[in-house]
Amino acid sequence: MSERITNVMKTEFAAKSINEAYARSAVAAFAALCDPSVSVIADIKTVVSEAVTNAIVHGYAGFENKQECIVSVLCKMTEGNKLIIRIKDKGRGIEDVHTAMQPLYTTDTDGERSGMGFTVMQSFTDAIRVRSTPGKGTVVTLEKRLKR
Amino acid sequence: MEIGCKTEGNTTVAYILGEIDHHNAVTARAALDEMIEQLAPIRFGIDLSGVTFCDSSGLGLVMGRMRKCQTVGSSMFIKNPSAAAERMLAIAGMDRILKIERGK
Ligand SMILES: Nc1ncnc2c1ncn2[C@@H]1O[C@H](COP(=O)(O)OP(=O)(O)O)[C@@H](O)[C@H]1O
Ligand SMILES: [Mg+2]
Repeated sequence: MSERITNVMKTEFAAKSINEAYARSAVAAFAALCDPSVSVIADIKTVVSEAVTNAIVHGYAGFENKQECIVSVLCKMTEGNKLIIRIKDKGRGIEDVHTAMQPLYTTDTDGERSGMGFTVMQSFTDAIRVRSTPGKGTVVTLEKRLKR
Repeated sequence: MEIGCKTEGNTTVAYILGEIDHHNAVTARAALDEMIEQLAPIRFGIDLSGVTFCDSSGLGLVMGRMRKCQTVGSSMFIKNPSAAAERMLAIAGMDRILKIERGK
């Protein structure tokens, strides 16, 4: 049985790296309405940063008009203070999600990515779901209990 | 984010203040690589005590600079990582393969 939703927030922005800070701050501000601990806020900022960065760096890699490439972040709060965050892009998608989620796996050729993004998302949340269609895009859903 | 460095003897220590995400890592990479190339110090440290936020882009930044230091023959270390930086290093097991100096 799923928990009743008590609050919702949605924000959409261009796939530009400057918006990474905006996205994690916006979600942190929404989460802060439930008064979680400082460390829970730090976890939320980190995982949002990972998923949004992936949308920008990998999802929309090779797309020309970045201001037309949109990343959307939807947050839902449940009655039991569980935060559900859905990060969505309409980019290239992922061929093999299982492989992509392995620690240190990266398709980056520049040598500047660690391949630890999904591992960080897994470690700092209570649940993660990744749905992706090559050529269509990717949806990452993260769940974090803010209070017991 | 703010970056600078200080050289004492054979050691150059760079510092990064503020948030390390993918956006800032691009700037930090350029600044650190310039220091490494121009100074090619015997020891190159990155002081992470002033890092208030760090995601896995920070790990990529550190891993990339380790490789850069190898190309010029500098020995790299991390100095006083903040809690935010430390847990990123720990998640990748880098706290075991990297020299980390604490204190001072
Ligand atoms: N939104 C996305 N769109 C397309 N590919 C993605 C997306 N997110 C992740 N990936 C793929 O999964 C890989 C692993 O992601 P991650 O663990 O965050 O490591 P990194 O970002 O350092 O490469 C990426 O290199 C990329 O190939
Ligand atoms: Mg990533």
